[in-house]
Amino acid sequence: MRLLRGRDLVCQQAVELVTDYLEGTLSRSARRRFEAHLAGCPHCTEYLAQMRETISLTGRLAPEDLTPQLRDEFVDLYRRWQSDQQ
Amino acid sequence: MSRSLSWGGRRPARPILAMMESDGELLLRLRSGDERAFVGLVERYHEPMLRLAASFVPSRAVAEEVVQDTWLAALRGLAGFEGRSSLKTWLFAILVNQARKTGTREHRSIPVADPEPVVDPSRFDASGGWSAPPEHWIEVAEGRMEAGKLAYRIRVWIDELPARQREVVLLRDVEGMSSDEVCAVLALSDANQRVLLHRGRSRLRQLFEDEFREVR
Repeated sequence: MRLLRGRDLVCQQAVELVTDYLEGTLSRSARRRFEAHLAGCPHCTEYLAQMRETISLTGRLAPEDLTPQLRDEFVDLYRRWQSDQQ
Repeated sequence: MSRSLSWGGRRPARPILAMMESDGELLLRLRSGDERAFVGLVERYHEPMLRLAASFVPSRAVAEEVVQDTWLAALRGLAGFEGRSSLKTWLFAILVNQARKTGTREHRSIPVADPEPVVDPSRFDASGGWSAPPEHWIEVAEGRMEAGKLAYRIRVWIDELPARQREVVLLRDVEGMSSDEVCAVLALSDANQRVLLHRGRSRLRQLFEDEFREVR
C-alpha cells in the first residue's frame, strides 16, 4: 500500500481506504494504521459509519412487483416453452 | 432516455427475503415443471435484471428484449445447470452475455488504478485533514427509509451512477452477491471490482449527505 508507507494516515487518505477496509483486503499493518487513525478521528469514524449506512440502505431496496400483465406474459412464455419441449 | 426504470408508481416493499422460498427450492420445483416456480423466479429477478441490462444497452426497449431472451435462455439451459454457481449468479451471467451480444454502449474499458479522489479535495486542508467534515445524516435517512420515502430516490441515484459503477453496486449491494460472484458475472478482476464499488458507494454516500444536510 503505497499510501501507507511512512507516517500516520491523514483523513484524505483514510477515506480512500474505506472500501478495502470493509472488504477485508487491507494488509494487517495497513488495517492497524487505518484503525489507529479512526481511534483519533471522529470525522473519519463518522465517514465510515456513513459508508456502512449507505450499504445498508442500498441493501434494503426490494424489487418492484411485476404488473399483472407482465406476469401473464411470463406464464404464456413458460407454457409456450413447455409445449415446445413435447 | 429515461434512466429510472419504474413501472409507474411506487409499490410497497415485498415481504422480507427470509420469508421467501430459497432459490434452491424454486429450482427443484422448476425442474419438475412447476409453472408457478418459474413465475416466482421471474418475480424475484425480472426487475433487477432489467436494471442491470439497462446499463449495457441504449434503450429501455432493448433492455426488455435482453431480459426476455435471458429468460428463454434460462429455460433452455435449465437442464444443464449444474449448480456450481448459485442460480442467481447463473441467471445474471446469462443476462450479461445476452446484453453484451446486443449492447452497443461503449463502456468496457477498465479503470486501473483510478487516481481520482472520491471526496472533493476542497473538503481537506493542506495537511490532508478534514476542513469540511462529513455532516450527520444517518438518523434522518433512517427515518425517511422507514417512512418509505427514500427507496425511490436511492433507485434514481443508482441509475445515475456511471454504468460500470452501477453494475457493481446493483449486484453487490442491492442483490447482495459476493465479490467473487460479481467478478464472475461481470468479468472483472478483483481489484477493478473494488475500485468500481468504492467509487459507486462513495458517490452514493455523498448524495445522502447532500440530500439531508439541510434538514437537521
